[in-house]
Amino acid sequence: MSETAERRYDVVIIGSGAGGGTVAQELAPLVRDGRRVVVLEKGPRLGDLEFTGEELEMAAALYADAGGFLTADGTMTLAFASAYGGSTVVYTGTSLTAPERVIRRWSVPGLDHADIVTRSEKFAAQNGVHLLEDSLINDNNRLFVEGGRKAGFRVEQFPVNVRGCRGSSLCNLGCPNQAKQGTNRVQLPRAEREGVEVVTRADVVRIGADGSLLVRVAARPPGAKGGPAEWPPGEYRVRARIVVCAAGAIGTPALLLRSALPAHLPRLGQAFTCHPALILVGEHPRDITNDVGHPKSYFVDRAAEDGFVLETCMYFPFVTAKSLTGFGASHSATMRAFPRLQMILLLACDRAVPGNRVAVDRAGRPVVHYRFTPETLEALARGTRAAARICFAAGARRVHVPADPPLIEAAEADRLDARVAARHFLPGRVSISAAHLMGGCGMGRSAADSVTDVWGRVHGLPWLRVADASLFPDSLEINPYLTIMALADRVAEGIRAEVREPVNA
Amino acid sequence: MQRVFRAVVTTVVPEAAQFDAAGWTDFERIVERALADRPASLRRGLKLFLRLIDWIAVARYARRFSALDAARRSRLLASMERAPLLLVRRGLWGLRTLAFMGYYGRPAAAREIGYRADPRGWDVRR
Repeated sequence: MSETAERRYDVVIIGSGAGGGTVAQELAPLVRDGRRVVVLEKGPRLGDLEFTGEELEMAAALYADAGGFLTADGTMTLAFASAYGGSTVVYTGTSLTAPERVIRRWSVPGLDHADIVTRSEKFAAQNGVHLLEDSLINDNNRLFVEGGRKAGFRVEQFPVNVRGCRGSSLCNLGCPNQAKQGTNRVQLPRAEREGVEVVTRADVVRIGADGSLLVRVAARPPGAKGGPAEWPPGEYRVRARIVVCAAGAIGTPALLLRSALPAHLPRLGQAFTCHPALILVGEHPRDITNDVGHPKSYFVDRAAEDGFVLETCMYFPFVTAKSLTGFGASHSATMRAFPRLQMILLLACDRAVPGNRVAVDRAGRPVVHYRFTPETLEALARGTRAAARICFAAGARRVHVPADPPLIEAAEADRLDARVAARHFLPGRVSISAAHLMGGCGMGRSAADSVTDVWGRVHGLPWLRVADASLFPDSLEINPYLTIMALADRVAEGIRAEVREPVNA
Repeated sequence: MQRVFRAVVTTVVPEAAQFDAAGWTDFERIVERALADRPASLRRGLKLFLRLIDWIAVARYARRFSALDAARRSRLLASMERAPLLLVRRGLWGLRTLAFMGYYGRPAAAREIGYRADPRGWDVRR
């Protein structure tokens, strides 16, 4: 196709994750009334049998930069998916509702915690969110509960959105059994059944001043996973009455920054937060079930008191190796103890600070500038000590953490305060990663303090909406997907009220 | 640069010293595939960093990095891991990440360390 083809819709949704998938479903009734709605997803649509659980293969197929997207100074890896269903394909399905104190702290006029709760409950019910039955809990999770309680922490069980979980433990590589109820399993298929179009491998290059989108649809690379794009490969000009950006907290700000938008948006890209995370392991004297069973069933929430959250987790050989501090014989010995490893994910509840932002390079590609504040490093140190205490209380004989040296024996358990300090968390030495990417198009009062209003309307551009985690004006301090869905539901509600007359195809 | 890269790899993952030619081929295929999609500037940066490691080895021990014994190699890389300059720490982090990817990204390594995750989950473990 040599010429730019034109397509016309009432609503274009960019991205198909927790935000875009939700908006697609919630706008599907408009299609019955003759409106045209399309979802443009940059990533591929994988078939059920293509989820093999092979680490490098699935990471390359599902994650941006194969999971190795780095911040500008190279000190943190940001994980986000690019696929039909977005990052809901690769999360663990943990489904928590936003804490009231966080929504209050956000201080967004018109954003009521009760409203978030009601909408979150709607999607929790839709996605089959429940507590996993005891018979499906593995040793890695049981040890966290046991150790956490012995160490004096309040351990809570994660509600998860799985149906028929077989316990592959491979959630972060895309469930091979289609048990996880991401937007790829629930909202998008429902929207498509009602007539919403979904076009995969469709990259929105930019949004023009007139609201039209320049879209490049890619051919399926030879040997790649996923089906071909629904449109013939080539360049498209897509026009719509309303454009909804739901490309995630990196994709959406980057798209808006490289677009010629006729609005002054000084806060665009600002206030990026991400819950910087560390993987910590404890070695037990006996084999435990860790690489079978749902990996993330319990957590300890110390966000309000200590600025961190601990969650059970289980990762794959390369990610585990990369995440452990150091190298050489002691690192290898820890890896060779894999069947005996208890694994904990530590998330620091970072805050929006000046300078931590999404920008674009000269080619329009996203660049994330992020510096660890002393408060974040202190939270990582506190959380590491707490995780080590839990492992030791559960019976671990040693832990591997970002200390110097990284191995701490049980005999040193009473010296954790001295052995683990913020100074050990030297950026560039310690493997820090993040998957809860938030901010960049925060909600607020006006362009002076935010990018959108409380309904996701971009200030000064009422035809342009945002419906993803970039709306968060600050860190959420819990796993964000239900809150993204709740906010996207509000955005869709606002659009439904406005879109009345169909346009000509 | 292959010699210094392999010396770094066997320092980061000592088990890699047991690789035969086929083992190195598997390892390097994984690394090359990962780098193929990365910007040319990153690949250039890694080559420069390997040179830097060699220069430091010569400056400190009057020998190329690949000619050092295991203990000296480890000490040199450990000092770079704690270097005051972020650029140096970041460079080493990148190299160790590639080493871990090439080594632990192989199905054989997963088996060796006892990693047994299976899409069939509990059905094959009970």
